[in-house]
Amino acid sequence: MTSEDVSGLRDVAVVAFAQSDTLRTTEEQSEVEMLMPVLHDVLGQTGLRTADIGFTCSGSCDYLAGRAFSFTLALDGVGAWPPLSESHVETDGAWALYEAWTKLLTGDADTALVYSYGKSSPGSLRDVLTRQLDPYYVAPLWPDSVALAALQAQALIDAGETDEPALAGIAARSREIANPRAQLRGSVPHGDYVVRPLRTGDCPPIGDGAAAVILAAGDRARELCSRPAWIRGIDHRIEAHSLGVRDLTDSPSARLAAERAGAFERPLDTAELHAPFTAQEVVLRKALRLDDSVRINPSGGALAANPMMAAGLARIGEAAARIHRGESDRALAHATSGPCLQQNLVAVLEGDPR
Amino acid sequence: MPEVLKAPLVVEFPFTRSLGPVQSAFLTGLRERVVLGVKTGDGRTLVPPVEYDPVTAEEIRDLVHVGSTGTVTTWAWNPEPRRGQPLTAPFAWALVRLDGADTALLHALDAPGPDAVHTGMRVRIRWAEKRSGAITDIACFEPYDGDDAEVTVHAGEFQDPVIGIVAPARLDYTYSPGRAQSAYIHALSDRRTVGERCPSCRKVYVPPRGACPTCGVATAEQVEVGPRGTVTTYCIVNIKAKNLDIEVPYVYAHIALDGADLTLHGRIGGIPYGQVRMGLRVEPVWTEGGRYPDHYRPTGEPDADYDTYRELL
Ligand SMILES: [Zn+2]
Repeated sequence: MTSEDVSGLRDVAVVAFAQSDTLRTTEEQSEVEMLMPVLHDVLGQTGLRTADIGFTCSGSCDYLAGRAFSFTLALDGVGAWPPLSESHVETDGAWALYEAWTKLLTGDADTALVYSYGKSSPGSLRDVLTRQLDPYYVAPLWPDSVALAALQAQALIDAGETDEPALAGIAARSREIANPRAQLRGSVPHGDYVVRPLRTGDCPPIGDGAAAVILAAGDRARELCSRPAWIRGIDHRIEAHSLGVRDLTDSPSARLAAERAGAFERPLDTAELHAPFTAQEVVLRKALRLDDSVRINPSGGALAANPMMAAGLARIGEAAARIHRGESDRALAHATSGPCLQQNLVAVLEGDPR
Repeated sequence: MPEVLKAPLVVEFPFTRSLGPVQSAFLTGLRERVVLGVKTGDGRTLVPPVEYDPVTAEEIRDLVHVGSTGTVTTWAWNPEPRRGQPLTAPFAWALVRLDGADTALLHALDAPGPDAVHTGMRVRIRWAEKRSGAITDIACFEPYDGDDAEVTVHAGEFQDPVIGIVAPARLDYTYSPGRAQSAYIHALSDRRTVGERCPSCRKVYVPPRGACPTCGVATAEQVEVGPRGTVTTYCIVNIKAKNLDIEVPYVYAHIALDGADLTLHGRIGGIPYGQVRMGLRVEPVWTEGGRYPDHYRPTGEPDADYDTYRELL
């Protein structure tokens, strides 16, 4: 939905954000046990109880942990009685936030709880992700997530848009951060090739984690948060299905989503990009026209912590939290899903003038 | 905290998928060592071909026979092949634009090492010896230094066309049930049933899942329940389940163990199926080495009064 489409409708803001630590394994916790402290944290920030929330929407994927209908068990952590107005998406929670945002725009609810979580540790994530690919021509070859990202990285190198040292620089910058929730922080060896040209350092850490935000409309947002992060627009777009049809060095879907979310209307000061692999940041910077005046991923982004299904929602949450704290006035948040930036969501967030 | 329980969990699912006319022609063609592409409205040739134009969504059906030789458009060296991938020795993943095509096909490229691979290199298909009409009928690509192939129109008609594929998939997990369920399973190994009480509404959940679904808070206080309980409702099973060695008909029941605020389910034995009733008092029957009760049988006590379990139905 474009920024123009929503002008005249209600203003909706992110008023709170919480996330778990992202850990390589959380085998001592079930999914709901991992998620629940995050839900309590985000509700606690606003003083809201579950019964006060108008709409609840979550994002998760059963394939990660191999547990069918795990999202219904995760609802135990919300406290779903009396029955909630509730929905779920089988993808990153950023898309759950999109659904909740539209629900608030229609006036059906004034507040929404959005959460997502992923437990990648029980399975072999690189193999699990092959099951999202074209089942006729691609999935039978089991090309893993790193291999597909490496094809994209090589295409960028061939096009002269980056090189291995530049990618290593993105990796290092992404981990030189203070984010206490990150899985990788500080000096991380760039390592050997996993699938050439991508080395360990070019790849996101595999981890378990959860994130949650609360949305509120209009005056309700001002009551709940001293500086709401107003959502000026969100849009999401998808590339052609077949990798061989796409120009892997560009992301027309991300650019279109950004345009329709209003990202190009005024300068941004911050961008939280969901680029799990270093080379994908190169693609997104170009597609989203981000120059050096924009602070990229102060949180460290997905290279510092990439809990599947939560990392995209966390980008929106991190951008909003910077606005809450007065560290940003106008930020872009991006989420992706699928191989080689297949689907892209862009949100533009603003704080009231200070 | 007791040791974390873990167990292997294998998820296997053979998907049977039907093919559209273009996919059917393409995969049948591979079986016959013919590569087909499809023409879009603006004259581009897509390989692998799809049923609908990725830009206009227009239905596209005009097939062409493209080369089995082509050019690498991007590649990635895979030093450690994984299960299911086309080659077992290190290989390159490659997107290959076949001669006559405008788009690229993903597959493996067999090459001695990364130094032998570059974007723009010429390759050709190495056909699998046994072909069934699947993308794996292409064994892989291999380096090639000959001429481009001719491109010709093809009707896409073959004897005995492939109309579907079976795509097997297997994923291996290590399942761990988490804190609350681990404690429950540990207690079961001592033939004790231990639930957890909600600190807010005081309900005792059996088996515990770690959270009170009503209050949304963690449960922690452990409460031993049972071993006796009350049948709150039941059904009579008349259809024999696969791999289950129980004679039908039998009774499957919801059982509220004494002290529990949630029913669990179990089979009722030791009584003719027609005599099972709501309120029947039962107790667990363990078998040698069993990790959970095999079934529940009547205790002989008088039936429980309806009011004692009406909230647990
Ligand atoms: Zn409770």
